[in-house]
Amino acid sequence: MLFEGLSFALSAGESLELRGANGSGKSTLLRILAGLTRQHAGEVRYSGAGDEAGRHFLGHLDAVKPSETAIEQAQFWARYFGRPVAEADAAMKRVGLSSRNAVPGRGLSAGQKRRLALTRLLIEPRPVWLLDEPTAALDTEGRTLVGQLVAEHRARGGMVIAAVHGEGFAGSRVLDISGLKARAAK
Amino acid sequence: MSASFSVFARELKLAWSGGGGAALPVGFFAASASMTPFAVGAETAALQTAGPGVMWIALALSSLLPMERLFQADLEDGTLDAYAGSGVGMEGIALAKTLAHWIATGIPLAVLSPVLWIMLQGAPEQSGLIFAASLVGSLAFFFFGSIGAALAAGMRRGGLLIALVTLPLYVPTMIFGAATLDAAANGADWAGALMLTASASLFGIATAPFGAAMALRTAID
Amino acid sequence: MAVMSFFHNPHRFMAGSKWPAWGFTLLGVVLIVVGFGIGFFRTPEDFQQDERARMMFVHVPAMWLCMFSYAFMVGASFISFVWRHALADVAAKSAAPIGAVFTAIGLMTGSIWGYTTWGTWWEWGDARLVSVLILFFIFLGYIAVWQAMETPQKAARAAAILCLVGAVNIPIIHFSVEWFASLHQQSTFMTTDNKTTAEFKIPMYLAALGYLALFGGLTLLNMRAEIMKTRADILLQRRQAAD
Repeated sequence: MLFEGLSFALSAGESLELRGANGSGKSTLLRILAGLTRQHAGEVRYSGAGDEAGRHFLGHLDAVKPSETAIEQAQFWARYFGRPVAEADAAMKRVGLSSRNAVPGRGLSAGQKRRLALTRLLIEPRPVWLLDEPTAALDTEGRTLVGQLVAEHRARGGMVIAAVHGEGFAGSRVLDISGLKARAAK
Repeated sequence: MSASFSVFARELKLAWSGGGGAALPVGFFAASASMTPFAVGAETAALQTAGPGVMWIALALSSLLPMERLFQADLEDGTLDAYAGSGVGMEGIALAKTLAHWIATGIPLAVLSPVLWIMLQGAPEQSGLIFAASLVGSLAFFFFGSIGAALAAGMRRGGLLIALVTLPLYVPTMIFGAATLDAAANGADWAGALMLTASASLFGIATAPFGAAMALRTAID
Repeated sequence: MAVMSFFHNPHRFMAGSKWPAWGFTLLGVVLIVVGFGIGFFRTPEDFQQDERARMMFVHVPAMWLCMFSYAFMVGASFISFVWRHALADVAAKSAAPIGAVFTAIGLMTGSIWGYTTWGTWWEWGDARLVSVLILFFIFLGYIAVWQAMETPQKAARAAAILCLVGAVNIPIIHFSVEWFASLHQQSTFMTTDNKTTAEFKIPMYLAALGYLALFGGLTLLNMRAEIMKTRADILLQRRQAAD
């Protein structure tokens, strides 16, 4: 068991930072919220537009294919979500990857793969963002970018729950998971 | 709908570009079918008796080969997580991927089978039938195989487990398909057997994605 | 679902299963001995077939139990899948090796019986025998899944899925095997038609009940062993964490 006794509520426009040591269960909690992992007990309730079609899950893996080029992958996600292909180009520009459009996935650095993963969030607008260490492998510019994207998303009424290390987002609530570690054997 | 179709198109492209995806199974098919005369003797009569059955077994095993890779890469690089987290049903994803892999690998296997048929002293006039039977049979093998592939996704060397789990599911297709080939070889009526093989395929296409989806959700969990 | 929630708790199960586990096992052995005893020594001598055909007292109930145990596993897998009932996982896992052994006994005795009837050690034309052979492989695959998965929870889910997939496919497999047998005009069945008199039925049913009781007892014993193993693992983990 990773944790118990966890309870919180979040509203539109808010963001929640999950903090805690490695292995404390931040990723697991995000996966439970995303519906990927099933919890042993407890309930996750989204009211309003937060069902599966209203969420974005960005895990700590980037889902970048080695053989497709960056723009091809962004365009794939546009088609996947039923969005116009032009959204892919716009998203690539926004995350600062346009110059790497024609580079295959294996030629991208870790930070560039992360930015490519971020384009999903822009291509398809969805109210709830579940982000697992969104700034991992990103340089200062990249971290600023993520901060901007989160702020813009919240301004539009979106909600963000993110597992973070180090610097967080302005005006976020913080939940420290390490305090919720399962109690040891009696 | 658009999600599954886009996954299908992507898989097709990836399967073809990913370093000659069909080469290995096709090569294996040719090599193992070519072992037949070493096993049963080179006389025409022996080959015509044993050839169809052995070829069908070789087709089944060649279809089993690509199964290990079916879901592995997507699981490992987080693509499966992305699909699951986006709210698109895993059934559609499983169907799209399996169908794409069949087109990329199964159809080439079916194209090769008349060639192997003739090499094993089968009547050349039957080539069309052999191609059709192999098309339908490989479709069944791929879809039933996808269940094993999903169950073993994420395992190192899941190939053995896939085989053990999938071979019982292959039995109907084995029986009906081999009977079709056998009837063709003996000049008997093959239509009934071919129909049954096609039914097995349809059953596979209809049910396997559900089993595979359940297994994929377990793998992601 | 009061019954289910009663057994949900492993503690209650462990407390409540001790006597039934050993009791059923013992009852099973007794019934089998009695059943075999009557069957082997007290059936009429005008039984046409060879003495060795009395194998059927061992064979037929084994076939029944092999199918029953798979059905039991399907039920447990279904409960495990839908309600995530931990004990259902354990039940299915525990029943599998026992079912596999009954299946193996059915196959071996079927082979011997076939030999006494037709002179061949295996008969591919016997659709039931061949179907059971494939069922045996499904058992093996099921047991392999438990061994192969990383965590017990994943193993439980994967195994349940496999069991249900097998259940869905078994009718088709059986149909195809029957079709195969009829195609090759070798349809042979080891029937017990001419043994419908009471002298045969009673020992056979006794043996079958014995097999059933033995299945129940051994499954319970296996479940208890599984739960004890899990507890030991947990204690070990806690000790390691405390260090």
